[in-house]
Amino acid sequence: MEIKVLFTILLSTILINNYVLSQMLGLCPFLGVSKKLDSALGMGLAVIFVMTMASFFTFLIYKYILLPHQITYLRTIAFILVIASLVQLVEMTIEKVSPPLYHALGIFLPLITTNCAVLGVAVLNIETGFATAEMGIIKTIVQGVGAGIGFTIALLLMAGIRERLELADIPDNLKGLPISFVVAGLLAIAFLGFSGMKI
Amino acid sequence: MSHVKQITKGLWERNPILVLGIGLCPTLAVTTSVINALWMTLATTFVLICSNILVSCIKNIVPSHIRIPIFITIIASFVIIVELTLKAFQPDVYKSLGIFIPLIVVNCMILGRAEEFASRNAIIPSILDGLGMGLGFGLTLFILALFRETLGANKLFGYTLIPGMKPASIMIIAPGAFFTLGLMLWAMNAIKARRKG
Repeated sequence: MEIKVLFTILLSTILINNYVLSQMLGLCPFLGVSKKLDSALGMGLAVIFVMTMASFFTFLIYKYILLPHQITYLRTIAFILVIASLVQLVEMTIEKVSPPLYHALGIFLPLITTNCAVLGVAVLNIETGFATAEMGIIKTIVQGVGAGIGFTIALLLMAGIRERLELADIPDNLKGLPISFVVAGLLAIAFLGFSGMKI
Repeated sequence: MSHVKQITKGLWERNPILVLGIGLCPTLAVTTSVINALWMTLATTFVLICSNILVSCIKNIVPSHIRIPIFITIIASFVIIVELTLKAFQPDVYKSLGIFIPLIVVNCMILGRAEEFASRNAIIPSILDGLGMGLGFGLTLFILALFRETLGANKLFGYTLIPGMKPASIMIIAPGAFFTLGLMLWAMNAIKARRKG
């Protein structure tokens, strides 16, 4: 039973409620880092990692510090500080442990602090009531991983299309950001197809 | 730069959304109705002006290497004020804006103005800059919401426009948001190109 619930959460965060294309979170990196396929992959991996970690730590902080002391209204400030310091910590750790990985991800890590999808997943975890649900911690982590994977898929699709768009014959005024938005709209329509899915 | 210029630059030449391309998430997500767009503008502008004032006040005593965490903390405090106020006095608005109220914290526009403008200028210009940027943000949101609500819900300010007509509901969901903003940027580029040439 539990496995089925986890699978449902995973599938719905990746496809049905894709964070970028149907909830419209994390659009700045989605449009900013989707010019090249390999940098999109680097950004995606970094986001999966940070989202998972952020979900885990914000859950612990909410459940064991904010909730018992009845200071849940400080949620926003606590979460953003956790995410900012987490990103910093991850950056320093990767730099020490694995320099090649750092060079691959390095420049994307500072950008993640202001990626609203990361704070978004942390807040949504709480709003869906995982903090008080049984096995909440596992559901939270699954939702974090799923959100990251969904973001990565959207980013990779977008980067693939934009690489091809470079060669296309587009009216001058439509080049760059405007055509990217139109492409994102078409991708969003494609993802609408998942919304009727029954699990 | 004169005071008037300080306000008007946010409207067109340095419009945060259309020119700088920042603050996109709330732009697309809350423009399902004009009312939502106006409340979002109000909330964001309040946070922007207040954080600009405070950042401008403390700009000389903040050590430069930890300024970003300090700015984020300041912004987050004002966001909490907005969040609690809306929750208490406008519960409907709070519900329909939902997760995008706490997400004002990560609106790059606010941190961007704190870093780029308020931390280098006196209080009065910082207030005007915040006001101007907020107005530019609001204007874009308003136009976007105007199109989306009219076409996607056949309503304006919550009133039905043409009774009995079936709206194009794709405009109210995510794809419609992307298309509308894409077309708006296209129009903006076209106008700029015509002015230049």
